[in-house]
Amino acid sequence: MSAALSYIKKDSPIHNLTGSTKFIFFFVWSLAAMLTFDTRVLAVMFLFGIVFFKMSKLTWENIRFAVYFMLWLIVVNILALFLFAPEQGVSIYGTRTEIVHLFWRYSLVWEELFYLFNFTMKFMAVIPTALLFILTTNPSEFAASLNKIGVSYKVGYSVAIALRYIPDVQRDFREISQAQQARGIDLSKKDKLVDRLKNSAAILFPLVLSSLDRIEVISNAMELRGFGKNKKRTWIVERPFTKADYLAIGIAFLALVISIVFMCINGGRFFNPFI
Amino acid sequence: MKEPIISFKDYSYQYRAQAAPTIMDINLEIYKGERVIIVGPSGCGKSTLAHCLNGLNPFSYPGESKGSLTICGMEAATSGIFQLSRFVGTVLQDTDGQFIGMTVLEDIAFSMENDCIPQEELITKTHAEAQRVGLLHKLQDAPHALSGGQKQRVSMAGVMVNQVPVLLFDEPLANLDPAAGRDAMELIDKLQKDGDKTVIIIEHRLEDAMYFGADRIIMMENGKIINDSTPEELFLSDKLVKAGIREPLYLTALKYAKVPLTADLKLENWKSLTLSEAEKQKIRDWFFEQKEKEAPPLKNEVLKVENLHFGYTPEVENLSDISFTVREGDMISIVGKNGAGKSTMAKLLCGFEKPGKGSMYLYGRDMAEDTIKERASSIGYVMQNPNQMISKPMIFDEVALSLVMQKLPEEEIKERVHETLKICGLYEFRNWPVSALSYGQKKRVTIASILVSRPKIIILDEPTAGQDFRHYTEIMEFLKELNEKGYTVLMITHDMHLMLEYTTRSIVFSEGKKIADTTPQKLFADAALLEQASLKETSLYHLADMCGIDKEAYIRAFIEYDREVRR
Repeated sequence: MSAALSYIKKDSPIHNLTGSTKFIFFFVWSLAAMLTFDTRVLAVMFLFGIVFFKMSKLTWENIRFAVYFMLWLIVVNILALFLFAPEQGVSIYGTRTEIVHLFWRYSLVWEELFYLFNFTMKFMAVIPTALLFILTTNPSEFAASLNKIGVSYKVGYSVAIALRYIPDVQRDFREISQAQQARGIDLSKKDKLVDRLKNSAAILFPLVLSSLDRIEVISNAMELRGFGKNKKRTWIVERPFTKADYLAIGIAFLALVISIVFMCINGGRFFNPFI
Repeated sequence: MKEPIISFKDYSYQYRAQAAPTIMDINLEIYKGERVIIVGPSGCGKSTLAHCLNGLNPFSYPGESKGSLTICGMEAATSGIFQLSRFVGTVLQDTDGQFIGMTVLEDIAFSMENDCIPQEELITKTHAEAQRVGLLHKLQDAPHALSGGQKQRVSMAGVMVNQVPVLLFDEPLANLDPAAGRDAMELIDKLQKDGDKTVIIIEHRLEDAMYFGADRIIMMENGKIINDSTPEELFLSDKLVKAGIREPLYLTALKYAKVPLTADLKLENWKSLTLSEAEKQKIRDWFFEQKEKEAPPLKNEVLKVENLHFGYTPEVENLSDISFTVREGDMISIVGKNGAGKSTMAKLLCGFEKPGKGSMYLYGRDMAEDTIKERASSIGYVMQNPNQMISKPMIFDEVALSLVMQKLPEEEIKERVHETLKICGLYEFRNWPVSALSYGQKKRVTIASILVSRPKIIILDEPTAGQDFRHYTEIMEFLKELNEKGYTVLMITHDMHLMLEYTTRSIVFSEGKKIADTTPQKLFADAALLEQASLKETSLYHLADMCGIDKEAYIRAFIEYDREVRR
């Protein structure tokens, strides 16, 4: 289960921020990174991301799998961008500095490489904060923090409960598939795709049924204890904002402002070193 | 006369999808501070009655009520589920499913949060409640990580925190091992005495529910109340036997010894039981009349486990150094606390997990290299919840599934499925949809779907969990029949009656180790071992103690006699 991304309990300045803070931070920070293609801004954001990560006391082991997975996604993304629009950078930056012609309509062009580099940097600027949000936010606090920033507590709670049931459903899935394998239902590569799809129905059917049972029990339990009684509710795990929270939110907005300021300076989303 | 806190008058309730009322002609008054146990076979309407009390009927399961039901002076039909939840706190049967909070702290605080109680008060009240049920040191733990008994405590704290006057327990013992069940009843007893609560317990394990006594027992059948009396009056009558509810074992034992049942015996539970010297002598006489049966000769080994070690992660060893032998025609119970390693053992036998060290032999052949599929032709595994196994809508298809996967000719499949369905008493239903069956019948379908591939050994996980006496007997007699036909049966169970009545051997696990491999009679005569296995003494043990006779021999005599009688 080491591959699963879930809350890792530690005592660090990042962990001590409230869930709402981390959510807002992640949201604003991502917005800032999405807006700009300015290499300098993105690089600084990435560096800050690394610093935040160091502050959280999480280790490379905690995120290795997730990072590899995302890097793989980025590589696929970039290859696709290059294949479909190899001259995108040229039209953006207005110059064309060819390094070498490859084949047909594909050449290595500095402008395109720079564009793809910036594209990658956008991900790099967001990934650390995204990981931090997921790994350092106590799931208990998740619903409370969504509620605090204006999301209905019913929605927040549904999300939190759904998240919490993931391990249970995983366990059910494993047990059901083991029992079905014992009955000769094979999901390995040996079978044809059509057969495998048919066979997976033999696992999904009982899985859905037992999940429905689960839902009935939990919704009864919640109603019996007054969930949905009032428009509002209080939260025992909610924490008050501290100076650190305001500071963190401040930093996020600062990043957004800088990103916008540089857009004005550059006269657009792109920083152009080619002219 | 005290004021009734709950009062049913000519009450009936009919679900929207049903043609007739599920409960009817209910006239019942429950007084403040009373402890009432509601018993009855599955489908008798006891859960419906409970749902009417806590408001799930009609708010979650729509339907129509007639007559009146008042709770604390409020008419239930016109008040909502939220209003009722202020008076009636419900602890549901499913100890795992009913947790809402991610930690014990949050779960206890949940209902107060919904009442918008300010955070500071939430914290103090939650801590106070946790202290009352002895969970103060567990507040930051996930409820799912606790033991069965602790889970029950969390659920109780979660409803008690609201200061509700009425506590409703829906089969509180169904998912607990016997020792945890005893602790739960003790806690209920304590909480009731401390807080002047009215307690309603719905349970078909009457003897266990009566561990700390009760003021009244309500018995239901076919939607009607057929008994409303003190426990003693009920025990003196023959209503329990007639309704197909298991009477307390000590009561059966007294009847077998022909001790006349009178009010002087104080029959309420074994602790109150008072026997005169003459009556004790009757029991001793009965005991000495019984002849010990010879043990059947040992048969061939079918399965052998040798020095098995296993851990889900390298750091923790979930099973260590397990060795045992299973012989042909054995009917074995595998017992022990939750998390002791029983299910893990079953998974290793089926090949779902691979052992770290040690070996397993099937008919003397090492099965280390066998795949799940290969093992399944000799060892069948039946999961606890039939809904987790059934994957086809029609009974025939479900049972045929493993043969279809083997791509056997259609004729052979048909023949084998029909043969299996006949063995399982499901032949008449062969063209029915699975959804039309009862829980017990579904269980049979899952057993049939395993038997069809003709394994020699069947492993069942809690075959009788949540079953009333009739279904219990039905399932177990069926398994016994299979056993007599030559199948070897291993059962993982908490059910003490099952161990005693149907198995010839008990293998006891505790914290990943095998701590005993003995007869159930020996197990139930050994108080220290019972404690380790998270079981408890039966009333037979205490009865033998009272009469000064050998406990093991007495339990064996009783069980053998009982088997003869029930035949």
